[in-house]
Amino acid sequence: MSDQLYQERIVALAKAKTGAGKLADPTRTARRDNPLCGDRVVIDVRLDGEGRIAEIGHQVRGCLLCQASASALSSVAIGRDAAGIAELRHDAERALGRESGDTHEPFSAFAPVAAHKSRQECVLLPLEALKDALS
Amino acid sequence: MSFDVAAVRGQFPILSEIIDGLPVHYLDNGASAQTPLTVLDAVRKYETTGRANVLRGVHRLAERATESFENARAEVAVFLGVPTMEIVFTGGCTAAINLVAYSYGSLLKPGDRILLSELEHHSNIVPWQLLRSRSGIELDMLPVTTDGRIDLSALPSLLTPNTKLVSLAHVSNVTGALLDVRAVVEAARAVGAKVMLDGAQRAPHGPLDLPSLGVDFYAFSGHKAYGPNGIGVLWGRPELLDAMPPFMGGGSMIGRVTLAETTWAPSPRRFEAGTPAIGQAIGLGAACAWMQALDWTAAHDHEMGLVQRLMDGLQKIDGTQIFGPAGLQNRYPVVSFMLDGVHPHDVAQMLDSFGVAVRAGHHCAQPLMDRFDLDGTTRVSMAPYNDNSDIDALLAGVAHAAKTLR
Repeated sequence: MSDQLYQERIVALAKAKTGAGKLADPTRTARRDNPLCGDRVVIDVRLDGEGRIAEIGHQVRGCLLCQASASALSSVAIGRDAAGIAELRHDAERALGRESGDTHEPFSAFAPVAAHKSRQECVLLPLEALKDALS
Repeated sequence: MSFDVAAVRGQFPILSEIIDGLPVHYLDNGASAQTPLTVLDAVRKYETTGRANVLRGVHRLAERATESFENARAEVAVFLGVPTMEIVFTGGCTAAINLVAYSYGSLLKPGDRILLSELEHHSNIVPWQLLRSRSGIELDMLPVTTDGRIDLSALPSLLTPNTKLVSLAHVSNVTGALLDVRAVVEAARAVGAKVMLDGAQRAPHGPLDLPSLGVDFYAFSGHKAYGPNGIGVLWGRPELLDAMPPFMGGGSMIGRVTLAETTWAPSPRRFEAGTPAIGQAIGLGAACAWMQALDWTAAHDHEMGLVQRLMDGLQKIDGTQIFGPAGLQNRYPVVSFMLDGVHPHDVAQMLDSFGVAVRAGHHCAQPLMDRFDLDGTTRVSMAPYNDNSDIDALLAGVAHAAKTLR
């Protein structure tokens, strides 16, 4: 049921708005749109000399799931490179039931979305944008 | 006499379903309406007692199928108030618009112009953009007023002697606003332009009298008008259709085929290449007959009563804003709203947990969303079978979303 979709952890992640906003001087920026629902994510990153994320900022015009995902991502992105972000993507995919295996904080919060296929892209959109920014 | 909504509801089996313990409050009719038993029966009758291809066979099943198929065309024609053989069956409303864009569009020359509006569904924008890239025509856009109507005061400045066609939504799929067709036709005629209406959101609300509207083309879809998927209708003035080249080639649309050349059948066959969607057409015929039999004066009053109840209820919820005409005049029962601080998809998802089906997002009208800088809207689209309980469940859901999601 949808009411169970908006569980406290997801709502808390969205409200935390971790990393929300624009970076003043980003190394890379990427934008991703979901043409089906119109959600839009812009991710800024500042990278250190070894391609690891030193700072991240996101602007989300999208639903609560997309906002929560961007917030979750920002909370664990610092210090990771492209491979490290790819690991997070697998974690999100596991939470959504699209890959098997255990899932971890913070993406484990999205387990209720496993039952809502039409909303899963909302969770993955910020990860897609960050992948683009790092590629 | 009051409208017997219970009697109407009784004809739609899905409305008495209980899904996951919840009743069905179906308010997504603008996307796809539900289907009455009479339509299902007509399709079943064809599939079980008269299934065959049409127009070709001489055996009795083929005769039966052809008769049912052509009767369906006649029922659609009655619904639109036009002669039977002016009805072209298409794959849907989108297919009908594409047919005109491709076929009528092929008669246009570089520098010719087509006038659309900023509130059109993508189906009435993209086919014309494709035509523009093929043929070098130009597109002009009528602006939209802040209450979600096409701003016809811009007609004089946007209509030029080069404008060959004006193609607009009869009723907006986002705001429910009804177009002032008379004003459009009058202005278009003055420069010699043809008028096409996208009737997808108007047709589900009762019979039309196309001759009195004075338009040149009209398109609508079956599944939004209580019929099956995969079927739609294009009506066009016969002199226009007969001057247009085929959209697709194949069986049924020919006069005579030789290896050297082919001549075309007259309309509507010219535009119905291949085996048509026979069962779907028969279902749509039944849907038109069903609509024809309804008392639409009472049904419209009933629908507008629901709109009023919805608007009154939304106003009592802090942070809601309606995007569209504020009153009940010149509108149909499609109502878009925003809830401050909550994304439309989250509103819609919350409503689902109350058993309420609505549509949220850009409604295939991204230029309109861009124009008003909206992330999207939550859209409530009603049909005659909706009742107060549907609206009350929706309002409870919106209030809950307002309380828990912001």
